[in-house]
Amino acid sequence: MVRAAVLHGAIAGLSLAIGLVFWYWATRIGAHWFIRFDNVPTPYQVGSALWHHLGETRFYLHIAVSLRRILIAYAIASTLGIGLGLVAGRSRLVRSAVMPYIEIIRPIPAVAWIPLAILMWPTEESSIVYITFLGALFPILLNTIHGVEQTPEILVRAAQTLGASRARIFWHVVLPASLPSIATGLAIGMGVSWFSLLAGEIISGQYGIGYFTWNAYSLIIYPDIVVGMIVIGLLGTLSTFAVRLVMRPLLAWQRKAR
Amino acid sequence: MTVTAPAEATPRQRTGQIRIERVSVRFDGGAEKRAAILDISLNIEPGEFVCLLGPSGCGKSTLLNCVAGYVRPAAGTVCVDHLPIDRPGPDRGMVFQQYSLFPWRTVCDNVAFGPRLAGKSRAEARAIAERFLEMVGLAHFAGRYPAELSGGMQQRVGIARALANYPSVLLMDEPFGALDAQTRAMMQENLLRLWSEFATTVLFVTHDVDEAVFLADRVLVMSAGPGHIVADIAVPIARPRAPDISTSTEFIEIKRQCLGLIRAESLRAFAEQNR
Repeated sequence: MVRAAVLHGAIAGLSLAIGLVFWYWATRIGAHWFIRFDNVPTPYQVGSALWHHLGETRFYLHIAVSLRRILIAYAIASTLGIGLGLVAGRSRLVRSAVMPYIEIIRPIPAVAWIPLAILMWPTEESSIVYITFLGALFPILLNTIHGVEQTPEILVRAAQTLGASRARIFWHVVLPASLPSIATGLAIGMGVSWFSLLAGEIISGQYGIGYFTWNAYSLIIYPDIVVGMIVIGLLGTLSTFAVRLVMRPLLAWQRKAR
Repeated sequence: MTVTAPAEATPRQRTGQIRIERVSVRFDGGAEKRAAILDISLNIEPGEFVCLLGPSGCGKSTLLNCVAGYVRPAAGTVCVDHLPIDRPGPDRGMVFQQYSLFPWRTVCDNVAFGPRLAGKSRAEARAIAERFLEMVGLAHFAGRYPAELSGGMQQRVGIARALANYPSVLLMDEPFGALDAQTRAMMQENLLRLWSEFATTVLFVTHDVDEAVFLADRVLVMSAGPGHIVADIAVPIARPRAPDISTSTEFIEIKRQCLGLIRAESLRAFAEQNR
């Protein structure tokens, strides 16, 4: 077990090292195959830019603003997504009413919402949060509906013969049975909310890590583009990990099942 | 019809009477409304152990589900202790063929769930659960999750969970159908021991002739097309019963009778299909 873990760790490290060396080499010689590397900053330039920004308050402000938008949008999306999903999963009527909206709105990419969101919402901030919210909403909503629908009928029946009312069945059977699916929706929703946020921040705003990245391009500070990208990736991964961590104790029973 | 509420003061042995009167159930499958079971009437006395025996598709589970309250008959009534059944309830404990324990609850919490719903405190419910787990020999597994238990153990927890509500009727839908032969035999003996302690009425569905004769006071042989009761066979074999009774002459005689009836019915059904 431990040896296998060490081996996998070593392979992962080696793979990353090869990627880094390739990046260094391609930018160093300014490779110009069909893709051009001559304007791509070197790993060293990116590293020193990152180091520089880490010493700046303004950089943390960008991150904080983005995180705040994510938190607000995600909180609303998960409350509404889980709440509506639970109801729609149990009630055919509500599901019939909700599904058309899901089918129509879900495939619209976040970027396509930008013009309308700016027109609709009173402030730039609220339009960005709205776009972020939409991205997080659908995976959470759909996975919740799916989880509720998949509740094994036999468990509902068992609860009925034990004397459970409809409300008790909902709380003690349907909710725990759909939790694994809800947790998946929450994790996916977190990931999607980041790329929706980025879409919103690139077009508008004065703060936010997406704005930082796009602004670096406009100001021709190329290393900062990559700095922004790395930070976005890191924040996305960390926040998804945080969601999984929060859900973990609720799903302890599932690990026993394997 | 006069409906009398079951008196709380009566001893346990006096509750658990099942009265099935002219019950028919229809499948609602498309245009043709075939009868799943047709015009079944049946009385089961308090404390009786009755097996519904028949091939798959004969409607024996449907009949059981009527008593459980999952299936509403198209005609006729089902009463338990003179109260008409219209929904599932804790007075009728149910043990399913598929494993039906809540996977997110520990073994103890599964058994304690019924008492908790009945308004018992956490500590009381836990004490009841522990007592019943002790009875099915699984006290040491109280803190485990169902997935950590074997199939036979899960079914024992299922039985403990059903009994923890002190139901007047215990309904069992091929509960040992998914178990291997050795586990099955052991489970049957355990069940008889529990039943002798509790004296609840048991309605037990099976397609296994040996199982039916070994367990029951009465075997009701059912047949399909539409489902009805072909014969009501008393099993006067003395209790407590040990597995070696299956070689006794009276056991074999009753078994022969059941097999003969099932065979005759199968031949009849076969002939009808080919007509």
